[in-house]
Amino acid sequence: MSIHLILFLMFGAVALAGAINLLAQTHPINSALSLIAVMAALAGEYLLLGAEFVAAVQVIVYAGAIMVLFVFTIMLLNAGVEERTKGSRVAVLIGIPGMLLGSLLVAWVLLRHSGTEAVAAGALPGAPKVIAPLLFHEFLLPFEITSILILIAIMGAVVLASKPTVTGGSPQKAQEEKVNQ
Amino acid sequence: MVPLSYYLLLSGILFACGVTGFLIKRNIITIFMSIELMLNGVNLSFVAFAAHWHALAGQVFVFFVMVVAAAESAVGLAIIIAVHRTRETLNVDQVNLLKL
Repeated sequence: MSIHLILFLMFGAVALAGAINLLAQTHPINSALSLIAVMAALAGEYLLLGAEFVAAVQVIVYAGAIMVLFVFTIMLLNAGVEERTKGSRVAVLIGIPGMLLGSLLVAWVLLRHSGTEAVAAGALPGAPKVIAPLLFHEFLLPFEITSILILIAIMGAVVLASKPTVTGGSPQKAQEEKVNQ
Repeated sequence: MVPLSYYLLLSGILFACGVTGFLIKRNIITIFMSIELMLNGVNLSFVAFAAHWHALAGQVFVFFVMVVAAAESAVGLAIIIAVHRTRETLNVDQVNLLKL
């Protein structure tokens, strides 16, 4: 058993435990923290594959920025423990066997037909120095388009999350505000 | 040396966990986090294939997926705040005006 396989299994176990914990927890903040654990473990997997830049961005953007946004929203909305509602019985009766069957099929196909050749750890350098020419020459147009996407997303977020004005908001709300005043 | 199929299996399991969370969770924020989990599962398979085929473009795609995820989470969380402001609940079962 090589050190790479041991490290893969270690990070994979952490990622898996985090993903299952995300499903098991009822409070959103616990789910958010386990999602951060999943993302950190995945950054370890990326490092194992030699993708240094992606691993760094994973920690900075995903585990850092995006999850801070989530935790901030949970705090802002004072989200409490989730109320469980009963799903339909048919979904449980058909869904769980179907899901098991599907996952077994996928696992069988992957293990049987995707070849046993190993991924050489670190064989492909993913340092920023190697990524940058690709990003700024070959993928320059998509890169610029994503900047427009981000701009639109920022404007959309500001418009959606800003407090509705008295004229723009629902009449009921406006009336309530008037009564309060 | 780790076989490619192990990475793909882990990625598939993470994606399946995301789908399951999306279906069974009732809190709108947790549903949103399940979507992020799905995106992470896909990213892992991108990086594994990039290393397998010696194609750096796979890692650039991960970068783009992250950008789209960031934009999506910014807009989505703003929508969640707007929903909470108007309906005063985070339970998706109570947001049912469009339901038959």
